[in-house]
Amino acid sequence: MKIVVCIKQVPASNDAKIDPQTKRIIRDAVKSILNPFDNYALEEGVRLKEKFGGEVIALTMGPLSAEAILREAIALGVDSGILLSDRTFGGSDTWATSYVLSKAIEKIGNVDLVICGKQAVDGDTAQVGPGIAAHLNWQQATYLMEIRRTDERKILTKRLHENGYDLCEVTLPAVVTVVKGINTPRVPTLKGRLASLKSDIPIWTPVDIDANIVQLGLNGSPTRVVKTEPPAPRSSATVKIKGSPEHCAQELIHQLRLRSIL
Amino acid sequence: MITRNDIEKSNFKNVWVIAEVDRGIIQPVTLELLGSARTLANKRNCEVWVILLGHSIQHPELYAYGADVCVVIDDIRLNHFIDELEANVLTRLIKKYQPEIILCGATSRGRALIPRVAVLTYCGLTADCTQLDIDPDNGDLLQTRPAFGGNILATIRSSDHRPQIASVRPRVMKAMTLNPDRDGILIMESIDPRDEINNKKVVEVFHDTQSAINLADAEIIIAGGRGAHGKAGFELLRQLAQKVGGAVGASRAAVDSGWIPYTHQVGQTGQTVQTKIYIACGISGQIQHLVGMQSCDLIIAIDKNPDTPMMQMADIAITGDMFEILPELINEINQR
Ligand SMILES: Cc1cc2nc3c(=O)[nH]c(=O)nc-3n(C[C@H](O)[C@H](O)[C@H](O)COP(=O)(O)OP(=O)(O)OC[C@H]3O[C@@H](n4cnc5c(N)ncnc54)[C@H](O)[C@@H]3O)c2cc1C
Ligand SMILES: Nc1ncnc2c1ncn2[C@@H]1O[C@H](COP(=O)(O)O)[C@@H](O)[C@H]1O
Repeated sequence: MKIVVCIKQVPASNDAKIDPQTKRIIRDAVKSILNPFDNYALEEGVRLKEKFGGEVIALTMGPLSAEAILREAIALGVDSGILLSDRTFGGSDTWATSYVLSKAIEKIGNVDLVICGKQAVDGDTAQVGPGIAAHLNWQQATYLMEIRRTDERKILTKRLHENGYDLCEVTLPAVVTVVKGINTPRVPTLKGRLASLKSDIPIWTPVDIDANIVQLGLNGSPTRVVKTEPPAPRSSATVKIKGSPEHCAQELIHQLRLRSIL
Repeated sequence: MITRNDIEKSNFKNVWVIAEVDRGIIQPVTLELLGSARTLANKRNCEVWVILLGHSIQHPELYAYGADVCVVIDDIRLNHFIDELEANVLTRLIKKYQPEIILCGATSRGRALIPRVAVLTYCGLTADCTQLDIDPDNGDLLQTRPAFGGNILATIRSSDHRPQIASVRPRVMKAMTLNPDRDGILIMESIDPRDEINNKKVVEVFHDTQSAINLADAEIIIAGGRGAHGKAGFELLRQLAQKVGGAVGASRAAVDSGWIPYTHQVGQTGQTVQTKIYIACGISGQIQHLVGMQSCDLIIAIDKNPDTPMMQMADIAITGDMFEILPELINEINQR
């Protein structure tokens, strides 16, 4: 199986700062980490490879510093990493991001399965996975808790939804997104760390992936962030209740009454 | 390959709602979307259309809740959720009827379907909107959504593309009060053979029997953390949830301890919820948990330790042992 795992570098904390001019997140101000959901995507890719053979490639679009998460991926058992980095990629929304990633996947060639995280914790959109599938016109399955390979060209997936889950048979090539429950990620081995230091990480630009320049970056993005602001602060000061359990329960009911909830 | 066409904006008209239909039953989020669509359509002086894809759909005529036109495809092939098929059907209907705005629920299904549609139509899509408005000058949809776990509210436009697509968080918008006098037009459509290219197959569907109400549909969530100490603690939470018609949530610590399935986890690596009431029992309130629930209307915390971040941010903070307070609370409710 040839597997591509899409990973994203995100700010380590949710204390995001906004550039007043561009309205975009300032990414240099805070430390960056691998998007937590992508850790499960990487682990799933490596496990499938260990079971069925083949190759796992980690792919990211981001600034040059995003190389760090590709090395992290290699330390976790991925064979190689590819960095998509160019000024023209900057400002891409999920339409343009999934376009760029899909072009890179075409360029890699003969890919059977693309694994993404459920969502990135900075934007929280969960759009890039299905977006890649749409650009490639491949099948997709989202919020997976389990992936089983049933034959050469098929996987059986367990899709999580609000009322439970379903089992869904997907024909490869396909794009899937995974949730946290799907596996327990390993910690990197010493051997993995050494491999990650030695690995050459190619940097691809629009020319390398034969991308249409008008569909990249801010220009290619149908959405524009026009305003960012902090949410209204929580209105009321905290009402503190303590004392006997009975008193606490009665006082809580009283408080709910005051708010016309009971 | 998908390329952008220059569009004539004035050709695009009306506000669409993509209904959420589960085994023939229209889900509540659909009515909320209709309420929001009605407000937008009144400002825009246009119609509300609701698109229903499913099988054996019960009562698809949603006029009483604000729809002017109901477009229905009732077909056995739509009984289970097949992303590719629904996306292809919608893309074809969008090209045919050219709506100006499309709203879809930010549910697991909507969040899988609508990004696919947005790519196929080369349209802007804003995820998880909590506020929608119209710019009267140009008809732009002003889409406001939380990002960075609710620490920022971003407003997004998609000025050069039509339709403008937004997924909307469940439980945020208000449904219209039922108006039985409203009437509308029913349009029956069918699946085109070309829609069926590249489909997968749903083999079996399982429903979570442990919790009657899921987190996304709940008005009240009773959540437990490490302070619930085990399955017995969650049983207590479940009792209270049942009493008040709520759902049970959990911190990651409780999920990782195996006291409750992952589907109940709230927070950065779980679900984001926005309920009327959130009762946190024995949850200290680390940032990864807070980002999943800080937008709830009323937050109540019960903890032995009065100094935790959760107790500081809560609207009502009760210092005490949840194993003593919750039974009293259930008692009080029983007496009423
Ligand atoms: C990448 C990443 C992602 C994460 N994602 C999430 C996420 O999605 N959701 C999430 O919840 N966490 C998440 N976490 C974990 C988070 O940082 C915390 O570890 C976790 O939320 C702590 O859970 P807790 O509050 O239940 O436990 P604790 O912090 O141990 O708090 C337990 C609380 O219970 C109180 N208590 C004990 N006994 C009683 C009693 N009898 N009655 C009343 N109170 C009592 C204690 O005083 C304490 O305040 C994530 C962490 C990382 C690194
Ligand atoms: N810039 C990117 N580079 C590589 N993968 C990405 C990028 N952005 C998003 N993804 C993938 O898409 C998933 C969902 O991201 P999002 O749609 O931004 O919430 C992530 O978990 C990643 O797997």
